[in-house]
Amino acid sequence: MFLHRHPRLIPYLLLLPGILFLVVFFLVPMYYLGFTSLQSGDLFAGYQFTWAWDNYRDAFTLYQSHFVRSLKYAGLATLIAFLISYPLAYWIAFRGGRWKNLLLLLVIAPFFVTYLIRTLAWKTILADQGIVVDALRTLHLVGEDGRLLATTTAVVAGITYNYLPFMALPLYVSLEQIDTRLIEAAEDLYASSVRAFLRVTLPLSLPGIFAGTLLTFIPAIGDFINAELLGTPRQLMIGNVIQSQFKEVADYPQAAALSFVLMAGILVLVLLYARAVGSERATRSAA
Amino acid sequence: MAVEERDAAAARDGAAAAPDIRLENVTKRFDDVTAVDDLSLTIDQGRFFALLGPSGCGKTTTLRMIGGFEEPTSGTILLGDRDVTGLPPYRRDVNTVFQSYALFPHLSIYENVAFGLRRKGVKGDDLKRRVGEALELVDLGDLGRRKPRQLSGGQQQRIALARALVNRPKVLLLDEPLGALDLKLRKQMQLELKGIQNEVGITFVHVTHDQEEAMTMADTIAVMNAGKIEQLGSPADLYERPETAFVAGFLGASNLLPGRLNGEGIVGLDGGGDVRVPASALAGRSGRIAVGIRPEKLRLAAGGAQADGENVLEGVVAERSYIGVSTQYVVETSAGPVTVYAQNAEPGAGQAASPGERVSLAWSPEATFVVDQHEEGTR
Ligand SMILES: Nc1ncnc2c1ncn2[C@@H]1O[C@H](COP(=O)(O)OP(=O)(O)O)[C@@H](O)[C@H]1O
Ligand SMILES: [Mg+2]
Repeated sequence: MFLHRHPRLIPYLLLLPGILFLVVFFLVPMYYLGFTSLQSGDLFAGYQFTWAWDNYRDAFTLYQSHFVRSLKYAGLATLIAFLISYPLAYWIAFRGGRWKNLLLLLVIAPFFVTYLIRTLAWKTILADQGIVVDALRTLHLVGEDGRLLATTTAVVAGITYNYLPFMALPLYVSLEQIDTRLIEAAEDLYASSVRAFLRVTLPLSLPGIFAGTLLTFIPAIGDFINAELLGTPRQLMIGNVIQSQFKEVADYPQAAALSFVLMAGILVLVLLYARAVGSERATRSAA
Repeated sequence: MAVEERDAAAARDGAAAAPDIRLENVTKRFDDVTAVDDLSLTIDQGRFFALLGPSGCGKTTTLRMIGGFEEPTSGTILLGDRDVTGLPPYRRDVNTVFQSYALFPHLSIYENVAFGLRRKGVKGDDLKRRVGEALELVDLGDLGRRKPRQLSGGQQQRIALARALVNRPKVLLLDEPLGALDLKLRKQMQLELKGIQNEVGITFVHVTHDQEEAMTMADTIAVMNAGKIEQLGSPADLYERPETAFVAGFLGASNLLPGRLNGEGIVGLDGGGDVRVPASALAGRSGRIAVGIRPEKLRLAAGGAQADGENVLEGVVAERSYIGVSTQYVVETSAGPVTVYAQNAEPGAGQAASPGERVSLAWSPEATFVVDQHEEGTR
């Protein structure tokens, strides 16, 4: 048979479905998006391909503040999610015992409710007459007419909450894999608990930190639901702009250009981050 | 390093009785399991000490309490004359070679070995020199740059040893350090470990369930059973004069013949006949006892040939199997089946007696030991 005579083709054959999928659902749309982003015109006259680089210039000039805000919100939410998730994942991994699976289920429990409903629920929770604001007012942590809803805090909190499991699960997986005898070995070799954590546990959980931060940061930077439901126009993120350019203004070329800039930006950030993490590990092992 | 180690070895020989580790009435309970039961133990400086016992008898738990990874439920642990009960591992002058080595996978071999020294603030050339010496000690001087996963099991084992020894602890704890190696490598490492211990003169506490390993390496063995020490002594002591049926059965094969005290230095067997035993073996015993003889100490003789003063038991050969270096017989006697190993020293020795033949078994009273007969028929 053909394959018997050419066994080296088998791996490529096995890759074929994946490659086809990527071509149809990734490369073609990418091409189309790029093509659209260089068009000009309007909805009624129709859009023509004119090498309209202006769309990119506008993306950088008109919407710069939205990009910066998205970066800030997503970065902040990622950081907070990390600070919450690491101790959580650590505790479940090392102290969870036979409750581990149940605790993990609780971490992802919010995912049983759709994203939109979850965020709407937060709207109720943070509402001006809600119990959270009430409690904070009683404690004088928030002024008499202070509010949570429609603030930056609410948007960042919403993003943090919605993406927290994406942070917690990879962290859990990498922590769970750590052989506790390695920590004992570190303590045996005169490292205090804190030192053992810094020199052994933390570096060994680096793959989880890397995956968790990316899985949180990337969707967070393009998010628009939280800003729309929990914020005001002053909290609009780049995702909101793309959405309205596309659905409301129907300026498809502008929306496409913004999407491209966002993607490219994320790609550059991820590559820089991967290099930083990678070289960090390389230098540690060489030291 | 060499000079210091000679000194250490000299100091060890000079002050041979200085206790290095003392456990006083140490008990460890996990929920409803008593892993270690009111155990007291003194280990002298410079010893190669083995904790030997079957799986689950509490060896690892004992070791972990010395290392500081478990706190005793009650009792006291002393290192030298310092009470270390309650101190964390990093404040004890003890290092451990873990069962599966526990090398840090993200660090190079060099950094693994340097780990303890760095924590103690050793730096620069001093650090380099000591790590280099430790790697030389285990013959792996040129592997510093590799990662643990790039080494074979035997090499990882040596690195684990170097990583612990480089700190020159008072005591080195080893938990089944050779358990993951194949037989040939294990034999080789047993000798190497023993050699290294001689060289550095540090007290080694070695946990194993392999009696041969313990006998090969240790100068003192504590046989543990169900959280307690059954007997403690030199390998020869334990083998020649086991005090309990458990110890007799755990260290090699033995024949146990039940009986009762029948006068000074005499035990009457249940199946009839008297056996002479060393008087010291009977000291403090009463009630049901059993007489023990190692199979290789029995002499097989056709008819009634025997030297004066020997113990004799008559029987019929039930089985014979030729094993090359020796021939193994099972002889049915009035006291029950008795196993005999006969050396095949002479040509044709393997054919000395055939199944069905009447034989007498002779052995020296000195080669006889006595155990209490609580446990049923441990052979
Ligand atoms: N962390 C623990 N929790 C509960 N039981 C344990 C724990 N560690 C050991 N044990 C129990 O204590 C007993 C002795 O165990 P161990 O010291 O590991 O034995 P060994 O090393 O001689 O095989 C066993 O019955 C074991 O199940
Ligand atoms: Mg064990």
